[in-house]
Amino acid sequence: MLSIIWMVYRIQTLVSVVKGSDKKLASGSNRINAILFVVFLVGTGILMFWYSIKEFDNYQLPIASEHGVVTDRLFWITMAITGIVFILTHILLFIFPYKYQYKETRKASFYPDNNKLEIIWTIVPAIVLALLVVSGWKAWSDITAPAPENAHVVEIMGSQFNWDIRYPGKDQVLGDYDYRLITATNAQGIDFTDKNAIDDFSSPVVVIPKGEPVLFKIRARDVLHSVFAPHMRLKMDAVPGMPTRFWFVPTKTTAEMREELNDPEFEYEIACTEICGRGHFSMRRVIEVVEPEAYQKWYSEQQSFIQQNPALADDLPAEAKALAEIQLREK
Amino acid sequence: MSTASVANHDAAHDHHDHEHHDNFVTKYIFSQDHKMIAKQYLVTGMFWALLGGGLSILFRLQLGFPEMDMSFLRPLLGGWIDEGGKLDPTFYLALVTMHGTIMVFFVLTAGLSGTFSNFLIPLQIGARDMASGFMNMLSYWLFFLSGVIMFISLFLKTGPAGGGWVVYPPLSALEQAIPGSGLGMTLWLVAMTFFIASSLLGGINYITTVINLRTKGMSFSRLPLTIWAFFLTAVIGLLSFPVLFSAALLLVFDRSFGTSFYLSDIYINGEALPNTGGSPVLYQHLFWFLGHPEVYIVLLPALGITSEVIATNSRKPIFGYKAMIISLLGITVLSFVVWAHHMFVSGMNPFLGSIFMFLTLIIAIPSAVKVFNYLTTLWRGNLIFTPAMLFSIGLVSFFISGGLTGIFLGNSAIDIQLHDTYFVVAHFHLVMGSASFFGMIAGIYHWFPKMFGRMMDARLGYVHFWITFVGVYMVFFPMHYIGIAGFPRRYYSFTSFDFANMYTDLNMFVSVAAIITFFAQFIFLFNFFYSMYRGRKATQNPWRSNTLEWTTPVEPGHGNWPGEIPSVYRWPYDYSKPGAEEDFIPQTVPLSATPESNLPHEQEMVKTELEIMKEEEEVLVANGAKH
Repeated sequence: MLSIIWMVYRIQTLVSVVKGSDKKLASGSNRINAILFVVFLVGTGILMFWYSIKEFDNYQLPIASEHGVVTDRLFWITMAITGIVFILTHILLFIFPYKYQYKETRKASFYPDNNKLEIIWTIVPAIVLALLVVSGWKAWSDITAPAPENAHVVEIMGSQFNWDIRYPGKDQVLGDYDYRLITATNAQGIDFTDKNAIDDFSSPVVVIPKGEPVLFKIRARDVLHSVFAPHMRLKMDAVPGMPTRFWFVPTKTTAEMREELNDPEFEYEIACTEICGRGHFSMRRVIEVVEPEAYQKWYSEQQSFIQQNPALADDLPAEAKALAEIQLREK
Repeated sequence: MSTASVANHDAAHDHHDHEHHDNFVTKYIFSQDHKMIAKQYLVTGMFWALLGGGLSILFRLQLGFPEMDMSFLRPLLGGWIDEGGKLDPTFYLALVTMHGTIMVFFVLTAGLSGTFSNFLIPLQIGARDMASGFMNMLSYWLFFLSGVIMFISLFLKTGPAGGGWVVYPPLSALEQAIPGSGLGMTLWLVAMTFFIASSLLGGINYITTVINLRTKGMSFSRLPLTIWAFFLTAVIGLLSFPVLFSAALLLVFDRSFGTSFYLSDIYINGEALPNTGGSPVLYQHLFWFLGHPEVYIVLLPALGITSEVIATNSRKPIFGYKAMIISLLGITVLSFVVWAHHMFVSGMNPFLGSIFMFLTLIIAIPSAVKVFNYLTTLWRGNLIFTPAMLFSIGLVSFFISGGLTGIFLGNSAIDIQLHDTYFVVAHFHLVMGSASFFGMIAGIYHWFPKMFGRMMDARLGYVHFWITFVGVYMVFFPMHYIGIAGFPRRYYSFTSFDFANMYTDLNMFVSVAAIITFFAQFIFLFNFFYSMYRGRKATQNPWRSNTLEWTTPVEPGHGNWPGEIPSVYRWPYDYSKPGAEEDFIPQTVPLSATPESNLPHEQEMVKTELEIMKEEEEVLVANGAKH
């Protein structure tokens, strides 16, 4: 096989030397290359439109948060603007080679500069970009503004290779934590001497109410992680030693989304998007969005860390222990 | 190398005398000739490109064919393939890390800048060699040493560094977190230290040479855009690489001497570490202060090469020469104030995010200007599609495609969703990876005749171009869809998540395209090495180009020009000038010799030019008399 290619190659070269085409500035290949650019333009253009339309529902994930609607709108506005530029510039880039391919009889135009043109194509992109910046900036400052007072707080702690979830309990205040308190039974290092921690509880699933603001308080136990909830359009790094946060308003319950997608198995998910080691690709948690009433009911039924594992209260100072015991009696 | 040319040099360059006695070692190994050093960089860069590309094929196999039995790779990868024939997930991360490190630093920084800055700066500005040949040699050998150390790290039992090419701590600081952060990471840091030293030595040399060693008449406003690009690239490198060094140094302290620059509140492996008060975000700031300019360090030389190739093969002056320089300057300055757009969701203050979004989108303007200028250069040209020209047009296409997606990612609100997904992978592989790679290949095709005195085969070049151009788009364009769908990067497999449990077909398609594209590069390699010995003999100026390197002998010796260094009388882009007989006027042709084609303002300069020439003549005669 290789030797055949080799033979063809040698013969080709010899033929071109004999024909003297290697002496010419632009041989017949010049025309072929020019045509190929047009073929490429048309071919890939069709491919792009066909695939983009056909697959739209696959790659466009349904949106399940309020700010997600805003960022997605920005995304598609940017797509429209850049799409037009992309197509126009590529039409020019691939048509010019065809139109202006080398001809011995023609001379290229000597056209070294045109300040008016330069100014136009500096200012026009500047204006368009300014509009994009302003709209992006507005969305960004809304999204990153402090969470409303009434936001439901959920703490998410990343570790290799797991997310630990903590709710503040009935007092709505998360207790303190300290990484030096972490043990096999207290994976999050919760400081139970803080009375706010006594009623904190954990959950295997992130349950949040629809239509109400939710604040994720995010931290990491070992290395960087990043909380990514694709349907919520939410992403924030989890940084050891520096708590971060992200608040949002979910707009569709899991049940509603299942119905909309006609997929009874559907779940909202959290993934990790900051490389964190061997199990980086499998840090999964499920988010369950429920109606506010169902949320309240679920919330009040949860058992606190202490209730689930009374041993946690064993070494506490007297005051905290008394609180813990009240908790245990409520069980 | 012809010794005759060296023997003829003028009195001002006596220091080259010792070069008469070139032996194998001083000629090919510890050479101080910029052309040989450039070739050393080129061949080393090609080695690393093959290796870095090869690594990507390994992880593309995993991503495209997750069910595949990879036992056949065991002779190569040994224990990294488990009993079931599966690739080890830790080694997968090491593969992506080394692919990134190798491609960004060894191929597109050293391989590109090292080759073409070294080769073209003295030749195009009219200098005998670099300002310091010794430093230049040192620069290459430090790079070589850096490469050897990085190469050794591939064979460690615990594997090479595996924390991504950005090596964010704490992952990269803690051996407990990932085995690659042990000895592998140590070697990574040592290798990068040598690499930074090499870059700085090279950069200082490029800057000094461009500022001080330009030939008579070669003012900054007559420099080819290649030189402008190499010059500004060196400036960027000189200002940003030391910051990477400081980032690496603090990481070394954290890893080995118990400091807490980046480490705080860490509990790992059943143990709470004593470090408190450090900030991983500090590392990210320091890293990206180099990391972002680095994008332009790899891109600007490619843009410079393309400007030259497109102008020459359009037989037209580059449109907006001044605007091109201003945009290069703009990009250079702005490249230092956009770094934190890599960190919108790192937990840094969101207000900082707003500032960096604003600055980031500004940098799109000079980039847009460059694209429009390229397009206008093609317009009404007389285009000759040499392989170099094809690759340059390909570069412009990638620069547009990848540049436009940068507008999404630079917008912090949109970046929330897209950050660290395949959209980013698609973006930077097009705009910085493939575009720079195409610039490098274009440069090789274009200047091969100057390097080796022979021509590369054009037909093989066409085949190489079309497979690679289509291939690159087939690899990276689909990644946009995968990215919009939210697929995170650096994932070993996508089966753990419902939202990402699709597009196996598309991933397979990407992998097949990657494999085809990779193997198409062997066409180029064959062409390169075959043509080096058996290619057609080159003529002195095969592309009918204006720049100075084509006034040297076909195979220039050490010292480049056998006699006087030519003087320069015009800018490098007098192609198809109305009135001129040929469609190009080399920079060495005085305006006074072309009254038929001079523009009105040039005609006015003729008188001064004649006066200067007369004075110079007198000085030369006087010098000759002294000897």
